[in-house]
Parts: sequence; C-alpha cells; structure tokens
Amino acid sequence: MSVSDLSALNAQRATPGARVREVHDSFHGDLLEVSMGPHHPSTHGVFRMIVTLDGETIVKLKPVFGYLHRNHEKLGETVTYLGSMPYTDRLDYLSSMTNNWAYALAVEKLAGQAVPERAEYVRVILAELTRLLNHTCLAGFLMQDCGCSGTPLMYAFREREYILDLFESLSGSRMMCNYQRFGGCRVDPSADWLAGAQKLTDRYGTFLDEFETLLTGNEIIMARTQGVGKLSPELAISAGVTGPMLRATGVNYDLRKVDAYGVYPRFDFRVPLGDHGDVYDRYMIRVLEMRESIKILQQALAGLPAGPIMDPKAKLRSFRPKAGEAYGRIEGPKGEIGFYLLSDGSPNPYRYRIRPPSFINLTVLEDMCLGHTVADAVIILGSVDIVLGEVDR
Amino acid sequence: MESPEQIRDRLLARFPGAEISVVTNPGIAAQHSLLLGAAHARAIAEFLRDDPTLKLDQCSNVTGIDWPEKEIVETKNISTPDPANPAAPPKVVEQKTKRLQPGFLEVVYHLYSITHRHGPVIFRLRTGNRTDQATVPSLTPVWRSCEFQEREVFDLFGVTFVGHPDLRRILMWDEFKDHPMRRDYVEPDDYEWEPTPHGAVLEKAKAHYPTPPAPAAVAPVKGAVA
Amino acid sequence: MLGTGLLQGLGVTAKNFVGSFHDPARLTTIEYPEVKTKLPEAYRNFPFLVTENATDPMGTLRCVACQICEKECPPQCIYIEKSKDKKPDATGKPQLFPAVFAIDTSVCMSCQICVEVCPFEAIKMDQVYEIATTDRFSALLLNREQLAKSNAYYHEIHPTEAAEVDARLAAERKAAEEKAAAAAAAKAAAAAAKASPVAKPPLTA
Repeated sequence: MSVSDLSALNAQRATPGARVREVHDSFHGDLLEVSMGPHHPSTHGVFRMIVTLDGETIVKLKPVFGYLHRNHEKLGETVTYLGSMPYTDRLDYLSSMTNNWAYALAVEKLAGQAVPERAEYVRVILAELTRLLNHTCLAGFLMQDCGCSGTPLMYAFREREYILDLFESLSGSRMMCNYQRFGGCRVDPSADWLAGAQKLTDRYGTFLDEFETLLTGNEIIMARTQGVGKLSPELAISAGVTGPMLRATGVNYDLRKVDAYGVYPRFDFRVPLGDHGDVYDRYMIRVLEMRESIKILQQALAGLPAGPIMDPKAKLRSFRPKAGEAYGRIEGPKGEIGFYLLSDGSPNPYRYRIRPPSFINLTVLEDMCLGHTVADAVIILGSVDIVLGEVDR
Repeated sequence: MESPEQIRDRLLARFPGAEISVVTNPGIAAQHSLLLGAAHARAIAEFLRDDPTLKLDQCSNVTGIDWPEKEIVETKNISTPDPANPAAPPKVVEQKTKRLQPGFLEVVYHLYSITHRHGPVIFRLRTGNRTDQATVPSLTPVWRSCEFQEREVFDLFGVTFVGHPDLRRILMWDEFKDHPMRRDYVEPDDYEWEPTPHGAVLEKAKAHYPTPPAPAAVAPVKGAVA
Repeated sequence: MLGTGLLQGLGVTAKNFVGSFHDPARLTTIEYPEVKTKLPEAYRNFPFLVTENATDPMGTLRCVACQICEKECPPQCIYIEKSKDKKPDATGKPQLFPAVFAIDTSVCMSCQICVEVCPFEAIKMDQVYEIATTDRFSALLLNREQLAKSNAYYHEIHPTEAAEVDARLAAERKAAEEKAAAAAAAKAAAAAAKASPVAKPPLTA
C-alpha cells in the first residue's frame, strides 16, 4: 500500500469527519501493514487489529473479530429460556451478574413476570458491586496498557477479590454466578452476607482514595492519556456507543436514569459526564461512577425490604412465554446490554439476540486511533473496555 | 412518544406511496413495530433520525430473523345442505387446503432517541426470499452503529445490505460458506471421536472415524455398539 | 508542582509495601497447595447423586430416573437410562432407578440447573475442584458409581441446605405415611364394615 492510496482511503470512510492526519516526517514513505493480535497481550484476549502505518502513525485500522466465536445466539435457540441463563455468564465474564439481570429483565418483559421488591433491591446491590469490580479492573488494565506494569492492576485485583468472595458465598461461583431467575433471584442473601457487603461498601471509598492518589494525579499518566483517542459526541451517538464511553464525551445518557428500570428511581445518585472524550476522561468517568455506585449501594443496603426473593408464581420448569417479542436492556458496566427475544410459544426462544455493548463500542475504534501511534492505539483499546467473550459471542 | 400508528400516518403523509404497515406484537411486552418497504427505507430512516419530534439518533440494535418457508394447512368446514331433504342437518365436509408461505429474512432495527430520551421505535425490513433476493438497503450511512451489526447479519443470516461500505464476514472466517444462524443450517459433522453421552454427536463422528477405539473401558454411551 | 502526583503515588506503593510486612490483613495471598482457603458453604462444582445409605450406595439412590435433569441440562452433559424393573427406595415404595447415569465433566459447566429442576432432591452440587486427570476421555466421564455420594457427605459440605432438604423430605414422608395410614385405616374400616353385617346399613327398608 502506498501513500497515494491515502486519498482513496479517506474517501471510502464511513464518516466523512474521520480523516488521516497529514504526516511529513523522515519516515514518510511506503505504508506498512501490521497485524496486531490475536495473541498480543494488549488486546485483552484474542482480538486482532490490522493496522496500516505511515511511519509510526496509524492511517488505517481494521478490527478482526471471531476468534472466540461460538455462535452463542444459535445455542440460545437450542436450549430452554432457563438454559440460556448460565450461558449469559460467559458473555462478559467480568460482569456476569448484570448479564443475568439483562436477560432476566428481557424474559420478564416477554412473559409479563413480576419481580418482588426484595429481589429488585438485591439485583441493584449486585449490579453495583459488579460495576465496582468491572471499573476497578478496567482501571488496572488500562494502566497496564500504559506501561505501569503490575502495581495498579494488582491493587485492583486485590479489591476485586473481596467482591468475588461475596459473589461466591452468595451464588456458589466467583465469576459464573448464574444467580438471577425469571421473577427474582435464586437464593436469599443472609444477614451475614449483607453485613459483608456493607463492610465492603464502607471500605471501598478508602481504597478508591488510595487508588486515585496513585493514578489520577500522576503526571506520566496524564501525559499519556490526555488528548488521546478523542471521540466527538455526535459520532458517539451515531455509532451507538453507550456506557462510560458515551458519557465521557459529555452526553448525559444513563439507562438507570432514562429507563428507570428496577428500583433505581428510588436512589439518589448523579451521572458523571466528561468534557473531552479522551482516554483520561474515560478513566475518570469510571472512577467517578464507582463513587456514585458506593452511594447507591449504601442506600440499597439500608433500604433492603424483607419479603420473598422469588415471585411465587414464577415457573422454573416448563416455562413457555406467549408468542411475541421483547427487547430489554439495562446499563451494564460496559454500556447498554440488551436482549432481544422472539417467542413462538415453545419452550425455546425462536430468536435470541444479544446486544453486546463492547462489540458496538468498537465501531469507533478506527476513528479514535487515526493519527495516533501504535502505543496510543493500545491504550485507546484499553479504554474502550472490551471483553472478547462478549465481542465474539 | 407517538404510537407506531401515528408514526406510520405521518410517514405516509411525508412519503406518499411508500409501503409502511404496523406489525402488531401479540406478546405482553406489546412492542409493536413498523414494516418498511425496501424502496423508501433509506429515506424513511433519515427522516426518523432528523425529524425534530422523533429525533431517533441512536440505532441501538440490529437483528436478523430467519423465517423459512412454511406449509400452512388450513382446515375449513364446508356445510352442504342435503337437496333431497332440506329439513335434515346439512352435511359437513372438512376441507384441507395446503398453501406454501414463502420464506424470507427479516432485519429488525431498534431505535432510541438520546436527545428526547424516548424509544424504542422498532422497524423491520424484509427480503424478497431467502436465496437470490436476500437484499435490503443498508442503513450504515444513516446510523454508524449499523456498520458492524449489519456485517454480522450478513455473516450469520446471509442478508446482503446494498450500500454498506465494507460488507465482509465478521465473526466467521472469510472462506466459510454457509450462514450459521439460518434455521436450516446443517452443522459440520467431522467431530473428533471421543466417548461422550451425546448420542447424536457420536453417530455423526462415526461416519468420519469408522473404527473408533474400543469403548469397553468407558461408561456406556448412547448409540454405541458394544 | 510537576512531579507531585508521581511522588504521592510512590508514597502509596511504599505504604503498601511496608504494610504487607507487619499487617496480616494486607497479605491477600496464601500458599496453595500447602494452605487452602475455607470454601464458602454455597460453593458449587460438579453435581453428585445423593444416596441414603453409604453401605448400599446403588440400592439407595434417591434418583428415580425421571430424566428431567437430562432434558434441562444446558450443555447436555447428563445421560440417563431408565431401569426396566422397579425396586423399593428408602421409604419402601417401588421406584424406577437409573440403570445408567453418566455425567461428562468435561462438558459440565457447574451451572446448578440440574439441582434446581430435580423434584426428588436426588442430585446436588459437590465441592471438588482438584479433579485433573491424565486421561481426558473416560476419566472425565463419571458413571453412577463414581457420582454416588452419601447424604452424610452432603451434610458435611452444605450443612444448612442439607438440613433444610432433610426436614422437607421428612415432612413429605410423614405426610405420605399419614395419608397411607389414613387410607389403610379407611380401607380397614370399610373392610370391617363389609365383614360385619350388623354395622351394615340395611339396603332395603
């Protein structure tokens, strides 16, 4: 590929705004095509990018997917509604509780299933714990991508461990929780468990203070991340970007506020917004969201009502929703995770579709990386927060 | 937010002659959708995105659905009065008519408005058939988020999106031939032989591996010959 | 001042480094396999079949081969063949039993759905995690002899849950016995009534 192809390359881009920066340095010459991944430590799994470089500047970036593809949606058509629940754990394996919730919410919409109040509160508690876990890990991984080898990631993993312990003692498994059911949750959290969750919530702010002292004001991190991978709000909306990435561009859109699903309207929390839409903003948004999550957790733990955890009318076996379709979505830690279900009245869904947030957030990866170096592409990818189990499905 | 019927009426006023109908969702969720004809789909999509009261600026979800051709048996009771004896109860003959409902592929778009915080507005596009007319217009130029999702529908369902800037396989590899999400997809059967309780898998594997290791030492398997 | 953030960050790492020497709470790792953590009671990994009596495991399986778990198992790792004949279960009621019950642990994902759908409390989740073998075929395909574990073992790993299950089963059995006793009493009364012509109400006035 030669430089003369550049104008043709710019012409065929989907968004007219995304142009390649004109570079005129001593390396200016023939373009070089590099395949990054699928076995590259910075790609967070088996993700591959075909990067075209002019010197060290990225002029084209094509993501390649599918190395972890197992046709999850086809599997969903071959098993019962309940049978898909443990498979949803394996989508975004860092946040199985929110995947469970999104799927349970879609099925409850499809079947008109009510959920008891206590279960709604427990779901909020678990979803916010998942958000803490996911964002903490992401911050650790992002710093790893920046080159801070080990320390921030290990601190993040230390805290993640306490949350995983809570998940394990409640659901029986650390990551593959399989906890939510249509019409409630599987087991009722005991008083001991709630005391543990309360202790963790009380302590988490202190950890965040420590973590922020380590990272937020660090001059090297600022130099590496500020102004890198900028995303405009218009492009973010058009490209269906959701979650912290969208809010980092300054668009106030949080499904917890917009859809007001579950019992979220009862809690008092703010939606942090970014100004620049760069990597640093995406990191900061996540830290601020964790602070808000702690606030939600405090309120949910204080207001947890007594009562049943499962709707007594909920059916476990021979569950057959009426024919029809439903799309249910929630605000997962990575963005809008939605399930589209089409029922024909049989025990298996006729169509089972997942709207994976990190897959759709990758649409703008090329636009964010153009004009930056390979080292920047690594941290831009890190700030998107992808999990390949969900991207490839 | 406007109901699908209201949106249809406004669209029909704006685009006279366009094929627009409301598909009712019989389920409890009652998320009704609009069925658009291919000819005006792109213009309608742009209208939905830019219309100040709708402003559906985010296309959240793009899905394919496969509807293979289906034989529908209709039973009709035809009663013929007895001409000889009009007072007697008429003779009832059950008549069965078979009709073949042609198959098609469907693409479903879920739209939301970030500006006005409403949604979803759902619309569907249908292909002519499942073989040579499996095309719909691409909406990637309208919403960028369709880019990967339409590629996925193309890959897994075999719907060709006319006007897509980069229509390639996305999850399956380029040399792959079939479309795995179609209902009549036949999965490959060259599994490695291993003792397994999955009878169907073992039967398929046997065709490729005619002399499996003696299954004497292992637990009985479905369909295994002793 | 440039570099303040850096120095503050270094302070945090220094604090953590020194802290890990004198504060046991900061030591978050253990020396596996010499030391093992205590598993939470809810921990689950791979199912097993509950037997009432450890001395006769195959005779006292709670499983009645209804095949619900086989049907519901998402990865289809359970394989059951029903017995041809019936034999008495723990309560003496004749029941079918699984002639073959195999679980392919290389496919099983420990999702617990078999446990939830089982109406007979016959299959429960185990807590084993050191099950690596050198033979990936037959050693990972467990048959019913390998799967059967006693109720006492179940009590050992999930005490709270097992106590609840036992109480429920005992209540069910008691209800069944009472019903049977009542039915027998009614039958006996009817038989007695039939046998004694005195008590029999006159058929004709």
